[in-house]
Amino acid sequence: MLRFLGQRLLLMIPTVVVPLVLVFLLLRLAPGDPAAQILGDQATPEQVATLRAEMGLDLPLPVQFVLWTKNVVTLKLGTSFFFKQPVVDLLPQYALVTLQTALAALFLAVALGSLLGVIAAINRDTIIDRGLVGIAVLGISLPEFWLALLLIFLFAVTLKWFPVSGYIPPTDGLLASAATIALPALALGIRQSALITRMMRSSMLDVLGEPYIVTARAQGLPEAVVIGRYAVRTAAIPVVTVAGLSASYLLSGAVSIELIFSLPGLGKLLIDAVARRDYPVVEGAVLLIALTLAALNLVIDIIYALLDPRVRLG
Amino acid sequence: MLDAPPAPAGPWRRLLRNRTAVFALVVLAALVALALAAPYLTNAQPLRISPGIRLKPPRPQNWFGTDHLGRDMFALVLFGGRTSLLVGLVVTSIAMSVAIVLGLAAGFYRRVDLVLMRLVDGLMAFPSIVLATAAAGYLGPSVTTVIVALSIVLVAPVLRVVRGQILVLRELPMIEAARAVGVPDRRILSRYLLPAIMSPLLVQASFIFSAAVLGEAALSFIGLGVGARDVSWGSALAEARNYIQNAWWIVVFPGAALVLTILSLNLLGDALRDSLDPRLAGR
Repeated sequence: MLRFLGQRLLLMIPTVVVPLVLVFLLLRLAPGDPAAQILGDQATPEQVATLRAEMGLDLPLPVQFVLWTKNVVTLKLGTSFFFKQPVVDLLPQYALVTLQTALAALFLAVALGSLLGVIAAINRDTIIDRGLVGIAVLGISLPEFWLALLLIFLFAVTLKWFPVSGYIPPTDGLLASAATIALPALALGIRQSALITRMMRSSMLDVLGEPYIVTARAQGLPEAVVIGRYAVRTAAIPVVTVAGLSASYLLSGAVSIELIFSLPGLGKLLIDAVARRDYPVVEGAVLLIALTLAALNLVIDIIYALLDPRVRLG
Repeated sequence: MLDAPPAPAGPWRRLLRNRTAVFALVVLAALVALALAAPYLTNAQPLRISPGIRLKPPRPQNWFGTDHLGRDMFALVLFGGRTSLLVGLVVTSIAMSVAIVLGLAAGFYRRVDLVLMRLVDGLMAFPSIVLATAAAGYLGPSVTTVIVALSIVLVAPVLRVVRGQILVLRELPMIEAARAVGVPDRRILSRYLLPAIMSPLLVQASFIFSAAVLGEAALSFIGLGVGARDVSWGSALAEARNYIQNAWWIVVFPGAALVLTILSLNLLGDALRDSLDPRLAGR
Protein backbone atom coordinates (compact mmCIF):
# COMPACT_ATOMS: atom_id res chain seq x y z
CA MET A 1 0.00 0.00 0.00
CA LEU A 2 2.77 2.42 0.94
CA ARG A 3 4.66 1.71 -2.25
CA PHE A 4 1.49 2.23 -4.23
CA LEU A 5 0.89 5.57 -2.54
CA GLY A 6 4.51 6.62 -3.04
CA GLN A 7 4.37 5.82 -6.76
CA ARG A 8 1.11 7.70 -7.12
CA LEU A 9 2.51 10.72 -5.29
CA LEU A 10 5.51 10.80 -7.63
CA LEU A 11 3.21 10.70 -10.63
CA MET A 12 1.26 13.61 -9.15
CA ILE A 13 4.25 15.95 -9.31
CA PRO A 14 4.00 16.79 -13.02
CA THR A 15 0.25 17.33 -12.83
CA VAL A 16 0.94 20.10 -10.32
CA VAL A 17 4.21 21.47 -11.66
CA VAL A 18 3.30 21.69 -15.35
CA PRO A 19 0.21 23.89 -14.80
CA LEU A 20 2.15 26.16 -12.46
CA VAL A 21 5.06 26.70 -14.84
CA LEU A 22 2.58 27.20 -17.65
CA VAL A 23 0.63 29.83 -15.74
CA PHE A 24 3.82 31.63 -14.71
CA LEU A 25 5.00 31.86 -18.31
CA LEU A 26 1.61 32.67 -19.83
CA LEU A 27 0.98 35.51 -17.40
CA ARG A 28 4.38 37.09 -17.77
CA LEU A 29 4.70 36.69 -21.50
CA ALA A 30 1.16 37.84 -22.26
CA PRO A 31 0.68 41.53 -23.00
CA GLY A 32 -0.73 43.64 -20.19
CA ASP A 33 1.07 45.15 -17.23
CA PRO A 34 -0.42 44.66 -13.76
CA ALA A 35 1.21 47.85 -12.48
CA ALA A 36 -0.42 49.93 -15.21
CA GLN A 37 -3.67 48.09 -14.58
CA ILE A 38 -3.62 48.92 -10.84
CA LEU A 39 -2.70 52.57 -11.27
CA GLY A 40 -5.23 53.26 -14.00
CA ASP A 41 -5.11 55.63 -16.97
CA GLN A 42 -3.96 58.69 -15.00
CA ALA A 43 -0.61 57.20 -13.92
CA THR A 44 2.67 58.63 -15.21
CA PRO A 45 5.24 56.21 -16.66
CA GLU A 46 7.47 56.93 -13.62
CA GLN A 47 4.75 55.85 -11.17
CA VAL A 48 4.20 52.65 -13.16
CA ALA A 49 7.95 51.95 -13.17
CA THR A 50 8.18 52.46 -9.40
CA LEU A 51 5.29 50.10 -8.75
CA ARG A 52 6.74 47.54 -11.14
CA ALA A 53 9.97 47.64 -9.17
CA GLU A 54 8.09 47.25 -5.87
CA MET A 55 6.25 44.24 -7.25
CA GLY A 56 9.50 42.73 -8.55
CA LEU A 57 8.23 42.79 -12.12
CA ASP A 58 11.33 44.59 -13.42
CA LEU A 59 13.62 41.67 -12.58
CA PRO A 60 14.77 39.33 -15.35
CA LEU A 61 12.34 36.48 -15.97
CA PRO A 62 14.61 33.67 -14.67
CA VAL A 63 15.16 35.59 -11.40
CA GLN A 64 11.42 36.14 -11.05
CA PHE A 65 10.90 32.44 -11.65
CA VAL A 66 13.32 31.40 -8.90
CA LEU A 67 11.78 33.83 -6.40
CA TRP A 68 8.30 32.74 -7.38
CA THR A 69 9.15 29.03 -7.08
CA LYS A 70 10.50 29.65 -3.58
CA ASN A 71 7.25 31.33 -2.61
CA VAL A 72 5.04 28.63 -4.09
CA VAL A 73 6.95 25.86 -2.34
CA THR A 74 6.64 27.65 1.00
CA LEU A 75 2.98 28.41 0.18
CA LYS A 76 3.59 32.15 0.33
CA LEU A 77 1.04 32.96 -2.30
CA GLY A 78 1.30 36.71 -1.85
CA THR A 79 -1.31 39.42 -1.69
CA SER A 80 -3.93 40.06 -4.33
CA PHE A 81 -3.16 43.20 -6.35
CA PHE A 82 -6.88 43.90 -6.64
CA PHE A 83 -8.44 42.83 -3.32
CA LYS A 84 -5.39 43.86 -1.23
CA GLN A 85 -5.95 40.66 0.72
CA PRO A 86 -3.65 37.66 1.16
CA VAL A 87 -4.47 35.06 -1.50
CA VAL A 88 -4.47 32.39 1.20
CA ASP A 89 -7.44 34.12 2.88
CA LEU A 90 -9.18 34.87 -0.38
CA LEU A 91 -9.20 31.43 -2.01
CA PRO A 92 -11.20 29.43 0.56
CA GLN A 93 -14.34 31.55 0.32
CA TYR A 94 -14.45 31.18 -3.46
CA ALA A 95 -13.45 27.53 -3.35
CA LEU A 96 -16.32 26.83 -0.97
CA VAL A 97 -18.90 28.04 -3.50
CA THR A 98 -17.41 25.89 -6.24
CA LEU A 99 -17.13 22.91 -3.88
CA GLN A 100 -20.76 23.23 -2.80
CA THR A 101 -22.05 23.44 -6.37
CA ALA A 102 -19.73 20.69 -7.60
CA LEU A 103 -20.75 18.26 -4.86
CA ALA A 104 -24.46 18.85 -5.48
CA ALA A 105 -23.99 18.40 -9.23
CA LEU A 106 -21.83 15.31 -8.73
CA PHE A 107 -24.34 13.72 -6.38
CA LEU A 108 -27.10 14.28 -8.92
CA ALA A 109 -24.91 12.98 -11.74
CA VAL A 110 -23.83 9.79 -9.98
CA ALA A 111 -27.22 8.96 -8.45
CA LEU A 112 -29.33 9.67 -11.51
CA GLY A 113 -26.73 8.46 -14.01
CA SER A 114 -26.12 5.10 -12.30
CA LEU A 115 -29.82 4.47 -11.80
CA LEU A 116 -30.77 5.24 -15.41
CA GLY A 117 -27.77 3.28 -16.70
CA VAL A 118 -28.75 0.17 -14.75
CA ILE A 119 -32.40 0.51 -15.82
CA ALA A 120 -31.40 0.84 -19.46
CA ALA A 121 -29.08 -2.19 -19.28
CA ILE A 122 -31.57 -4.57 -17.66
CA ASN A 123 -34.16 -3.54 -20.24
CA ARG A 124 -31.72 -3.93 -23.11
CA ASP A 125 -33.13 -3.27 -26.59
CA THR A 126 -36.60 -2.51 -25.27
CA ILE A 127 -38.29 0.83 -25.75
CA ILE A 128 -37.15 1.86 -22.24
CA ASP A 129 -33.52 1.25 -23.17
CA ARG A 130 -33.83 3.07 -26.50
CA GLY A 131 -35.56 6.00 -24.84
CA LEU A 132 -32.90 6.31 -22.14
CA VAL A 133 -30.07 5.99 -24.67
CA GLY A 134 -31.70 8.76 -26.70
CA ILE A 135 -32.16 11.00 -23.68
CA ALA A 136 -28.54 10.40 -22.67
CA VAL A 137 -27.11 11.38 -26.05
CA LEU A 138 -29.32 14.47 -26.02
CA GLY A 139 -28.07 15.17 -22.49
CA ILE A 140 -24.40 15.11 -23.49
CA SER A 141 -25.21 17.39 -26.42
CA LEU A 142 -26.82 20.14 -24.33
CA PRO A 143 -24.44 23.03 -23.67
CA GLU A 144 -24.56 23.79 -19.96
CA PHE A 145 -24.94 27.51 -20.42
CA TRP A 146 -27.94 27.07 -22.71
CA LEU A 147 -29.53 24.56 -20.37
CA ALA A 148 -28.96 27.06 -17.56
CA LEU A 149 -30.83 29.76 -19.47
CA LEU A 150 -33.76 27.39 -20.08
CA LEU A 151 -33.78 26.34 -16.41
CA ILE A 152 -33.82 29.98 -15.33
CA PHE A 153 -36.72 30.67 -17.67
CA LEU A 154 -38.69 27.69 -16.39
CA PHE A 155 -37.89 27.48 -12.67
CA ALA A 156 -36.91 31.02 -11.77
CA VAL A 157 -38.83 33.35 -14.09
CA THR A 158 -42.02 31.36 -14.72
CA LEU A 159 -42.46 29.14 -11.65
CA LYS A 160 -40.43 31.35 -9.27
CA TRP A 161 -39.24 28.31 -7.28
CA PHE A 162 -35.61 29.42 -7.20
CA PRO A 163 -33.84 32.78 -7.40
CA VAL A 164 -32.69 33.87 -10.87
CA SER A 165 -29.13 34.40 -9.68
CA GLY A 166 -27.03 35.31 -6.67
CA TYR A 167 -25.46 33.31 -3.88
CA ILE A 168 -26.19 32.91 -0.17
CA PRO A 169 -23.47 31.19 1.90
CA PRO A 170 -24.55 28.21 4.03
CA THR A 171 -23.77 30.22 7.18
CA ASP A 172 -26.73 32.48 6.34
CA GLY A 173 -29.23 29.64 6.24
CA LEU A 174 -28.76 26.18 4.79
CA LEU A 175 -32.03 26.08 2.89
CA ALA A 176 -31.63 29.53 1.35
CA SER A 177 -28.09 28.57 0.36
CA ALA A 178 -29.25 25.32 -1.20
CA ALA A 179 -31.87 27.25 -3.21
CA THR A 180 -29.19 29.46 -4.74
CA ILE A 181 -27.11 26.52 -5.93
CA ALA A 182 -30.00 24.28 -7.01
CA LEU A 183 -30.26 25.52 -10.59
CA PRO A 184 -26.48 25.77 -11.16
CA ALA A 185 -26.08 22.22 -9.85
CA LEU A 186 -28.92 21.02 -12.08
CA ALA A 187 -27.45 22.76 -15.15
CA LEU A 188 -24.06 21.17 -14.46
CA GLY A 189 -25.30 17.79 -13.25
CA ILE A 190 -27.56 16.87 -16.16
CA ARG A 191 -24.76 16.60 -18.73
CA GLN A 192 -22.54 14.68 -16.31
CA SER A 193 -25.38 12.32 -15.41
CA ALA A 194 -25.92 11.63 -19.12
CA LEU A 195 -22.23 10.70 -19.43
CA ILE A 196 -22.52 8.38 -16.43
CA THR A 197 -25.73 6.82 -17.76
CA ARG A 198 -23.94 5.84 -20.97
CA MET A 199 -20.95 4.41 -19.12
CA MET A 200 -23.06 2.55 -16.57
CA ARG A 201 -25.25 1.04 -19.27
CA SER A 202 -22.39 -0.26 -21.38
CA SER A 203 -20.50 -1.48 -18.33
CA MET A 204 -23.60 -3.33 -17.04
CA LEU A 205 -24.10 -4.95 -20.45
CA ASP A 206 -20.53 -6.28 -20.29
CA VAL A 207 -20.97 -7.60 -16.78
CA LEU A 208 -24.38 -9.19 -17.40
CA GLY A 209 -22.74 -11.38 -20.05
CA GLU A 210 -20.15 -12.72 -17.58
CA PRO A 211 -20.25 -16.38 -16.60
CA TYR A 212 -20.50 -15.58 -12.90
CA ILE A 213 -23.82 -13.82 -13.47
CA VAL A 214 -25.11 -16.85 -15.37
CA THR A 215 -24.00 -19.02 -12.45
CA ALA A 216 -25.70 -16.77 -9.93
CA ARG A 217 -28.93 -16.93 -11.91
CA ALA A 218 -28.62 -20.70 -12.37
CA GLN A 219 -28.38 -21.09 -8.62
CA GLY A 220 -31.77 -19.46 -8.43
CA LEU A 221 -30.77 -16.21 -6.79
CA PRO A 222 -33.47 -13.58 -7.09
CA GLU A 223 -32.83 -11.16 -9.97
CA ALA A 224 -32.69 -8.23 -7.56
CA VAL A 225 -29.77 -9.84 -5.72
CA VAL A 226 -27.98 -10.77 -8.95
CA ILE A 227 -28.26 -7.21 -10.23
CA GLY A 228 -27.99 -5.29 -6.98
CA ARG A 229 -25.31 -7.28 -5.20
CA TYR A 230 -23.22 -8.84 -7.95
CA ALA A 231 -23.61 -7.01 -11.24
CA VAL A 232 -23.74 -3.36 -10.17
CA ARG A 233 -20.69 -3.62 -7.96
CA THR A 234 -18.50 -4.84 -10.80
CA ALA A 235 -20.12 -2.55 -13.34
CA ALA A 236 -19.40 0.45 -11.12
CA ILE A 237 -15.62 0.13 -11.62
CA PRO A 238 -15.32 1.85 -15.02
CA VAL A 239 -18.03 4.29 -13.93
CA VAL A 240 -15.70 5.51 -11.18
CA THR A 241 -13.32 6.76 -13.88
CA VAL A 242 -16.05 8.73 -15.62
CA ALA A 243 -17.35 10.09 -12.31
CA GLY A 244 -13.77 11.14 -11.51
CA LEU A 245 -13.54 13.05 -14.77
CA SER A 246 -16.85 14.71 -13.93
CA ALA A 247 -15.57 15.63 -10.49
CA SER A 248 -12.37 17.15 -11.84
CA TYR A 249 -14.35 19.13 -14.39
CA LEU A 250 -16.81 20.40 -11.79
CA LEU A 251 -14.18 21.24 -9.17
CA SER A 252 -12.19 23.39 -11.60
CA GLY A 253 -15.06 25.88 -11.56
CA ALA A 254 -17.48 26.08 -14.49
CA VAL A 255 -17.03 29.68 -15.60
CA SER A 256 -20.14 30.04 -17.77
CA ILE A 257 -22.45 28.72 -15.06
CA GLU A 258 -20.84 30.88 -12.36
CA LEU A 259 -21.25 33.92 -14.62
CA ILE A 260 -24.90 33.21 -15.44
CA PHE A 261 -25.89 32.67 -11.82
CA SER A 262 -23.50 35.30 -10.37
CA LEU A 263 -21.87 32.67 -8.18
CA PRO A 264 -18.61 33.88 -6.60
CA GLY A 265 -16.77 30.63 -7.30
CA LEU A 266 -13.27 29.66 -8.45
CA GLY A 267 -14.08 29.97 -12.16
CA LYS A 268 -15.38 33.51 -11.76
CA LEU A 269 -12.43 34.45 -9.53
CA LEU A 270 -9.98 33.05 -12.07
CA ILE A 271 -11.45 34.75 -15.13
CA ASP A 272 -11.71 38.10 -13.32
CA ALA A 273 -8.19 37.78 -11.95
CA VAL A 274 -6.77 37.05 -15.40
CA ALA A 275 -8.57 40.08 -16.80
CA ARG A 276 -7.19 42.25 -13.96
CA ARG A 277 -3.68 40.80 -14.33
CA ASP A 278 -3.90 39.86 -10.66
CA TYR A 279 -0.99 37.40 -10.87
CA PRO A 280 -0.98 36.16 -7.26
CA VAL A 281 -4.68 35.27 -7.41
CA VAL A 282 -4.36 33.51 -10.79
CA GLU A 283 -1.35 31.53 -9.59
CA GLY A 284 -2.98 30.68 -6.28
CA ALA A 285 -6.18 29.53 -7.96
CA VAL A 286 -4.29 27.44 -10.53
CA LEU A 287 -2.22 25.87 -7.73
CA LEU A 288 -5.38 25.07 -5.76
CA ILE A 289 -7.09 23.54 -8.80
CA ALA A 290 -4.02 21.51 -9.77
CA LEU A 291 -3.61 20.20 -6.21
CA THR A 292 -7.31 19.34 -6.02
CA LEU A 293 -7.19 17.42 -9.28
CA ALA A 294 -4.05 15.58 -8.22
CA ALA A 295 -5.63 14.60 -4.90
CA LEU A 296 -8.80 13.56 -6.70
CA ASN A 297 -6.86 11.26 -9.03
CA LEU A 298 -5.27 9.64 -6.01
CA VAL A 299 -8.68 9.10 -4.40
CA ILE A 300 -10.01 7.56 -7.61
CA ASP A 301 -7.08 5.15 -7.81
CA ILE A 302 -7.76 4.08 -4.24
CA ILE A 303 -11.51 3.63 -4.84
CA TYR A 304 -10.62 1.62 -7.93
CA ALA A 305 -8.41 -0.68 -5.94
CA LEU A 306 -11.05 -1.10 -3.25
CA LEU A 307 -13.79 -1.95 -5.77
CA ASP A 308 -11.76 -4.26 -7.97
CA PRO A 309 -9.82 -6.99 -6.22
CA ARG A 310 -7.92 -7.60 -9.44
CA VAL A 311 -6.17 -4.23 -9.09
CA ARG A 312 -3.26 -4.84 -6.81
CA LEU A 313 -1.67 -2.07 -4.83
CA GLY A 314 2.03 -2.01 -5.36
CA MET B 1 -40.94 -16.10 -42.78
CA LEU B 2 -37.21 -16.27 -42.79
CA ASP B 3 -35.03 -13.62 -44.36
CA ALA B 4 -31.93 -14.72 -46.14
CA PRO B 5 -28.91 -14.16 -43.90
CA PRO B 6 -27.46 -10.76 -44.76
CA ALA B 7 -24.21 -10.81 -46.65
CA PRO B 8 -21.29 -9.73 -44.48
CA ALA B 9 -21.31 -5.95 -44.80
CA GLY B 10 -18.35 -3.61 -44.79
CA PRO B 11 -18.21 -0.84 -42.21
CA TRP B 12 -19.57 1.79 -44.61
CA ARG B 13 -22.50 -0.33 -45.65
CA ARG B 14 -23.20 -0.99 -41.96
CA LEU B 15 -23.06 2.73 -41.28
CA LEU B 16 -25.59 3.50 -43.99
CA ARG B 17 -27.91 0.79 -42.67
CA ASN B 18 -27.94 2.53 -39.30
CA ARG B 19 -30.95 4.85 -39.27
CA THR B 20 -29.47 7.13 -36.62
CA ALA B 21 -26.28 7.53 -38.63
CA VAL B 22 -28.21 8.41 -41.76
CA PHE B 23 -30.27 10.94 -39.81
CA ALA B 24 -27.11 12.50 -38.37
CA LEU B 25 -25.43 12.65 -41.78
CA VAL B 26 -28.49 14.24 -43.38
CA VAL B 27 -28.74 16.86 -40.61
CA LEU B 28 -25.03 17.64 -40.86
CA ALA B 29 -25.20 17.92 -44.64
CA ALA B 30 -28.16 20.28 -44.28
CA LEU B 31 -26.30 22.39 -41.71
CA VAL B 32 -23.27 22.65 -43.97
CA ALA B 33 -25.47 23.54 -46.95
CA LEU B 34 -27.30 26.21 -44.93
CA ALA B 35 -24.04 27.69 -43.71
CA LEU B 36 -22.56 27.78 -47.21
CA ALA B 37 -25.71 29.20 -48.77
CA ALA B 38 -26.32 31.72 -45.97
CA PRO B 39 -25.86 34.87 -48.11
CA TYR B 40 -28.39 33.55 -50.66
CA LEU B 41 -31.00 32.56 -48.11
CA THR B 42 -31.46 35.91 -46.44
CA ASN B 43 -31.11 39.52 -47.45
CA ALA B 44 -30.52 40.57 -43.86
CA GLN B 45 -26.99 41.30 -42.64
CA PRO B 46 -26.48 39.31 -39.43
CA LEU B 47 -24.90 42.23 -37.57
CA ARG B 48 -26.86 45.16 -38.99
CA ILE B 49 -28.50 47.10 -36.20
CA SER B 50 -32.07 48.32 -36.77
CA PRO B 51 -33.30 50.19 -33.68
CA GLY B 52 -36.79 50.45 -35.17
CA ILE B 53 -37.48 46.71 -34.92
CA ARG B 54 -36.01 45.80 -31.54
CA LEU B 55 -37.10 42.52 -29.89
CA LYS B 56 -39.73 41.64 -32.49
CA PRO B 57 -41.12 38.10 -32.13
CA PRO B 58 -40.90 35.75 -35.13
CA ARG B 59 -42.86 37.17 -38.09
CA PRO B 60 -42.77 36.91 -41.90
CA GLN B 61 -40.03 39.58 -42.27
CA ASN B 62 -37.91 38.04 -39.48
CA TRP B 63 -38.56 34.31 -39.27
CA PHE B 64 -36.66 33.93 -35.98
CA GLY B 65 -37.55 37.41 -34.66
CA THR B 66 -35.05 40.16 -33.86
CA ASP B 67 -32.77 40.77 -30.89
CA HIS B 68 -32.37 43.79 -28.60
CA LEU B 69 -30.48 45.69 -31.31
CA GLY B 70 -33.00 44.85 -34.02
CA ARG B 71 -30.69 42.34 -35.68
CA ASP B 72 -32.36 39.57 -37.67
CA MET B 73 -32.01 36.33 -35.69
CA PHE B 74 -32.51 34.14 -38.78
CA ALA B 75 -29.47 35.71 -40.43
CA LEU B 76 -27.58 35.49 -37.13
CA VAL B 77 -28.29 31.77 -36.81
CA LEU B 78 -27.38 31.07 -40.45
CA PHE B 79 -24.12 33.00 -40.37
CA GLY B 80 -23.33 31.74 -36.86
CA GLY B 81 -23.32 28.25 -38.35
CA ARG B 82 -20.46 29.29 -40.60
CA THR B 83 -18.35 30.23 -37.58
CA SER B 84 -19.22 27.04 -35.69
CA LEU B 85 -18.51 24.72 -38.59
CA LEU B 86 -15.33 26.55 -39.60
CA VAL B 87 -13.95 26.40 -36.06
CA GLY B 88 -15.00 22.74 -35.78
CA LEU B 89 -13.34 21.77 -39.04
CA VAL B 90 -10.06 23.60 -38.47
CA VAL B 91 -9.70 22.63 -34.81
CA THR B 92 -10.43 18.98 -35.61
CA SER B 93 -7.83 18.93 -38.39
CA ILE B 94 -5.14 20.58 -36.26
CA ALA B 95 -5.81 18.64 -33.06
CA MET B 96 -6.03 15.31 -34.88
CA SER B 97 -2.83 15.83 -36.90
CA VAL B 98 -0.78 16.92 -33.90
CA ALA B 99 -2.22 14.16 -31.73
CA ILE B 100 -1.51 11.50 -34.36
CA VAL B 101 2.15 12.47 -34.75
CA LEU B 102 2.79 12.84 -31.02
CA GLY B 103 0.64 9.83 -30.11
CA LEU B 104 2.47 7.55 -32.56
CA ALA B 105 5.78 8.72 -31.13
CA ALA B 106 4.66 8.30 -27.52
CA GLY B 107 3.15 4.89 -28.09
CA PHE B 108 6.16 3.60 -29.99
CA TYR B 109 9.12 5.07 -28.13
CA ARG B 110 9.08 4.59 -24.37
CA ARG B 111 11.31 7.58 -23.63
CA VAL B 112 9.14 9.99 -25.58
CA ASP B 113 6.16 8.44 -23.84
CA LEU B 114 7.47 9.13 -20.35
CA VAL B 115 8.06 12.84 -20.96
CA LEU B 116 5.12 13.51 -23.24
CA MET B 117 2.48 11.82 -21.14
CA ARG B 118 3.52 13.69 -17.99
CA LEU B 119 3.20 16.91 -19.99
CA VAL B 120 -0.22 15.84 -21.16
CA ASP B 121 -1.27 15.03 -17.59
CA GLY B 122 -0.16 18.49 -16.57
CA LEU B 123 -1.87 20.16 -19.48
CA MET B 124 -5.12 18.41 -18.62
CA ALA B 125 -4.93 19.79 -15.06
CA PHE B 126 -4.50 23.31 -16.41
CA PRO B 127 -7.66 25.43 -16.46
CA SER B 128 -8.49 25.97 -20.14
CA ILE B 129 -9.95 29.36 -19.27
CA VAL B 130 -6.50 30.70 -18.40
CA LEU B 131 -5.19 29.34 -21.67
CA ALA B 132 -8.03 30.92 -23.62
CA THR B 133 -7.57 34.26 -21.87
CA ALA B 134 -3.84 34.20 -22.53
CA ALA B 135 -4.48 33.39 -26.19
CA ALA B 136 -6.96 36.27 -26.37
CA GLY B 137 -4.30 38.50 -24.77
CA TYR B 138 -1.71 37.67 -27.43
CA LEU B 139 -3.90 37.53 -30.49
CA GLY B 140 -6.93 39.63 -29.60
CA PRO B 141 -10.45 38.20 -29.69
CA SER B 142 -10.94 36.51 -33.07
CA VAL B 143 -11.84 33.24 -34.73
CA THR B 144 -8.12 32.45 -35.00
CA THR B 145 -7.67 32.88 -31.25
CA VAL B 146 -10.52 30.47 -30.56
CA ILE B 147 -9.03 27.96 -33.00
CA VAL B 148 -5.59 28.15 -31.35
CA ALA B 149 -6.93 27.81 -27.81
CA LEU B 150 -9.28 24.92 -28.62
CA SER B 151 -6.67 23.07 -30.67
CA ILE B 152 -4.26 23.10 -27.73
CA VAL B 153 -6.94 21.93 -25.30
CA LEU B 154 -8.29 19.17 -27.56
CA VAL B 155 -4.94 17.63 -28.57
CA ALA B 156 -4.52 15.98 -25.16
CA PRO B 157 -7.55 13.64 -25.15
CA VAL B 158 -6.90 12.42 -28.73
CA LEU B 159 -3.23 11.95 -27.97
CA ARG B 160 -4.16 9.64 -25.12
CA VAL B 161 -6.40 7.55 -27.37
CA VAL B 162 -3.76 7.26 -30.11
CA ARG B 163 -1.05 6.33 -27.63
CA GLY B 164 -3.28 3.75 -25.94
CA GLN B 165 -4.01 2.08 -29.27
CA ILE B 166 -0.35 2.02 -30.31
CA LEU B 167 0.73 0.54 -26.98
CA VAL B 168 -1.52 -2.45 -27.69
CA LEU B 169 -0.79 -2.73 -31.42
CA ARG B 170 3.00 -2.58 -31.17
CA GLU B 171 2.98 -5.89 -29.29
CA LEU B 172 1.24 -7.69 -32.17
CA PRO B 173 3.18 -10.49 -33.90
CA MET B 174 2.92 -8.64 -37.23
CA ILE B 175 4.90 -5.72 -35.83
CA GLU B 176 7.43 -8.05 -34.28
CA ALA B 177 7.76 -9.78 -37.63
CA ALA B 178 8.19 -6.49 -39.46
CA ARG B 179 10.94 -5.54 -37.04
CA ALA B 180 12.62 -8.90 -37.35
CA VAL B 181 12.94 -8.54 -41.12
CA GLY B 182 14.35 -5.05 -40.68
CA VAL B 183 11.50 -2.75 -41.68
CA PRO B 184 12.49 0.76 -40.58
CA ASP B 185 10.52 2.40 -37.75
CA ARG B 186 9.11 5.11 -39.95
CA ARG B 187 7.64 2.54 -42.29
CA ILE B 188 6.21 0.49 -39.42
CA LEU B 189 4.55 3.62 -38.08
CA SER B 190 3.14 4.84 -41.36
CA ARG B 191 2.30 1.57 -43.13
CA TYR B 192 1.33 -0.75 -40.28
CA LEU B 193 0.29 1.24 -37.24
CA LEU B 194 -1.34 4.34 -38.67
CA PRO B 195 -3.81 2.46 -40.90
CA ALA B 196 -4.69 0.20 -37.97
CA ILE B 197 -5.82 3.12 -35.84
CA MET B 198 -7.83 4.88 -38.54
CA SER B 199 -11.20 3.62 -37.31
CA PRO B 200 -10.87 4.80 -33.70
CA LEU B 201 -9.45 8.07 -35.05
CA LEU B 202 -12.49 8.62 -37.23
CA VAL B 203 -14.70 8.13 -34.18
CA GLN B 204 -12.53 10.54 -32.21
CA ALA B 205 -12.70 13.09 -35.01
CA SER B 206 -16.48 13.35 -34.79
CA PHE B 207 -16.35 13.76 -31.01
CA ILE B 208 -13.56 16.34 -31.25
CA PHE B 209 -15.57 18.21 -33.88
CA SER B 210 -18.52 18.31 -31.51
CA ALA B 211 -16.30 19.38 -28.60
CA ALA B 212 -14.84 22.18 -30.75
CA VAL B 213 -18.27 23.48 -31.74
CA LEU B 214 -19.32 23.40 -28.09
CA GLY B 215 -16.02 25.00 -27.02
CA GLU B 216 -16.35 27.89 -29.47
CA ALA B 217 -19.88 28.61 -28.27
CA ALA B 218 -18.83 28.39 -24.61
CA LEU B 219 -15.82 30.69 -25.06
CA SER B 220 -17.86 33.21 -27.04
CA PHE B 221 -20.58 33.00 -24.41
CA ILE B 222 -18.20 34.06 -21.63
CA GLY B 223 -16.66 36.77 -23.83
CA LEU B 224 -13.36 34.99 -24.54
CA GLY B 225 -14.32 33.84 -28.00
CA VAL B 226 -14.76 35.47 -31.37
CA GLY B 227 -14.56 39.24 -31.77
CA ALA B 228 -17.44 41.70 -31.91
CA ARG B 229 -17.46 41.63 -35.72
CA ASP B 230 -17.87 37.87 -35.90
CA VAL B 231 -21.22 36.13 -35.72
CA SER B 232 -21.43 33.30 -33.21
CA TRP B 233 -24.24 31.33 -31.60
CA GLY B 234 -22.38 31.58 -28.31
CA SER B 235 -22.08 35.35 -28.27
CA ALA B 236 -25.72 35.68 -29.43
CA LEU B 237 -26.73 33.60 -26.41
CA ALA B 238 -24.59 35.72 -24.10
CA GLU B 239 -26.60 38.78 -25.04
CA ALA B 240 -29.86 36.84 -24.90
CA ARG B 241 -29.26 36.28 -21.17
CA ASN B 242 -30.64 39.69 -20.30
CA TYR B 243 -33.82 39.34 -22.36
CA ILE B 244 -34.79 35.86 -21.33
CA GLN B 245 -37.97 37.08 -19.63
CA ASN B 246 -39.53 38.79 -22.64
CA ALA B 247 -37.86 37.42 -25.77
CA TRP B 248 -37.65 33.61 -25.76
CA TRP B 249 -36.73 33.53 -29.44
CA ILE B 250 -33.27 35.02 -28.90
CA VAL B 251 -32.50 32.18 -26.49
CA VAL B 252 -34.22 29.33 -28.29
CA PHE B 253 -33.09 29.65 -31.93
CA PRO B 254 -29.29 29.96 -31.59
CA GLY B 255 -29.35 27.37 -28.77
CA ALA B 256 -31.41 24.91 -30.79
CA ALA B 257 -29.05 25.30 -33.76
CA LEU B 258 -26.12 24.61 -31.45
CA VAL B 259 -27.75 21.55 -29.88
CA LEU B 260 -28.74 20.16 -33.27
CA THR B 261 -25.16 20.48 -34.54
CA ILE B 262 -23.58 18.91 -31.47
CA LEU B 263 -26.23 16.19 -31.24
CA SER B 264 -25.82 15.07 -34.84
CA LEU B 265 -22.02 14.99 -34.45
CA ASN B 266 -22.33 12.88 -31.30
CA LEU B 267 -24.85 10.55 -32.94
CA LEU B 268 -22.51 10.18 -35.91
CA GLY B 269 -19.63 9.38 -33.57
CA ASP B 270 -21.64 6.70 -31.79
CA ALA B 271 -22.80 5.20 -35.08
CA LEU B 272 -19.27 5.23 -36.52
CA ARG B 273 -18.00 3.44 -33.43
CA ASP B 274 -20.70 0.79 -33.74
CA SER B 275 -20.16 0.15 -37.42
CA LEU B 276 -16.36 0.25 -37.37
CA ASP B 277 -16.17 -2.06 -34.37
CA PRO B 278 -19.23 -4.33 -34.44
CA ARG B 279 -18.21 -5.90 -31.13
CA LEU B 280 -19.17 -2.62 -29.48
CA ALA B 281 -22.49 -2.26 -31.32
CA GLY B 282 -25.25 -1.18 -29.00
CA ARG B 283 -22.91 -0.67 -26.10
